[in-house]
Amino acid sequence: MAQREIEVILTRQLASCLTLPIFIVGPDGTLIFYNEPAEPILGHRFEETGEMPSREWATVYTATDQADQPVPAEQLPLMIALREHRPAHGVLWIRGRDQVRRHIETTAFPLIGQAGRHLGAVAIFWEVAR
Amino acid sequence: MIDVTIWGTRGSLASPGAETARFGGNTACVAVRADDTILVLDAGTGVRRLGASWPNGVRRVDLLLTHLHMDHIQGLGFFQPLYDDGMEVHIWAPASPTLDLRKRLSRYLSPPFFPVHLRDLDCRLNLHEVPCGDFSIGPFRISAALVCHPGPTVGYRIENAQAAMAYLPDHEPALGVTNFPGLPEWTSGYGLAAGVDLLIHDAQYAADEYPDHTGWGHSSVEHAMRFAALAHAKHLVLFHHDPAHSDHDIARIVDAAVATLHPEFQVTPAEEGAVFRLG
Repeated sequence: MAQREIEVILTRQLASCLTLPIFIVGPDGTLIFYNEPAEPILGHRFEETGEMPSREWATVYTATDQADQPVPAEQLPLMIALREHRPAHGVLWIRGRDQVRRHIETTAFPLIGQAGRHLGAVAIFWEVAR
Repeated sequence: MIDVTIWGTRGSLASPGAETARFGGNTACVAVRADDTILVLDAGTGVRRLGASWPNGVRRVDLLLTHLHMDHIQGLGFFQPLYDDGMEVHIWAPASPTLDLRKRLSRYLSPPFFPVHLRDLDCRLNLHEVPCGDFSIGPFRISAALVCHPGPTVGYRIENAQAAMAYLPDHEPALGVTNFPGLPEWTSGYGLAAGVDLLIHDAQYAADEYPDHTGWGHSSVEHAMRFAALAHAKHLVLFHHDPAHSDHDIARIVDAAVATLHPEFQVTPAEEGAVFRLG
């Protein structure tokens, strides 16, 4: 079994210790880890699902704008960070498997390792107080 | 055949004295030899004696540094082949995100820390930044990969047709892991150590000392054993002994860990002068 890059391993370890929901995706958009606070968004525990390809995780929750119009997956900050290798921030409303509509802000940034290796991206979610 | 000779076992700080005479007081240095190819892993204070006994016919040396903490480079300026104009010296070590390897090494090999500048060494010096993918030196195939330790730090996997070894002298794979070890793919260093005949691994602390040193970049003896088990290493050499540990302490800590974990592989605390023959 191949080992992941150390930068990715350390990111997961940090995410595991934080109370903010965090998604980590690999270079091809596969969701390779989400922490426990992110589990209500996806409606599953990471131990149950393991990795999810982008076509799967992007459909698990619905992202909309303030007017309740769908936000295309390619416009999600996480996908922008992954595709354009730059940080991105957005204000969204998301409805996960639990059907709760959450007003969130999300910041995503690319994971760029030593020697400029593109290792994926990270998104941090912040639920705006209701 | 690969001969692995331990020239320095200690972590953090050299600690000579009667109480450390068995396992040794010099800091990290290991020589790996096959025929006339010699790799030197780290240049702690142990490298001085290695340089003083350098075989006459060998005109090239490759120094593979895991990182540039002082206990891994302090012997560099005292390594005799650096002052021999007939020697070809290659130093392999990690750059930082902002400084190349030459600038990083020059911080130590220049006044006021050392009287001789890196540029004034007599040998023909070549610097190589790692990790840079797999590379070959003589009969050895070598992999370097970043591992969990503060600052840019790599471990090395070295193999030839007969045997494989891994060198992870400063490594804290248990950092942030609730039940260590987790899955292999999520474990720092696993790719380097998988299935090796000999694993030289950080084992600085006793299990009860680790909680007060979490995040310092080192492992307990038990963590080293659990990591070796995960990687299916055949022989674990416990390395980077804490400078505060006497010979008696090390023996006691290792015996207790073996009694607790019952490893299915050989476990040996590193001793200065020990030689391991692989293949």
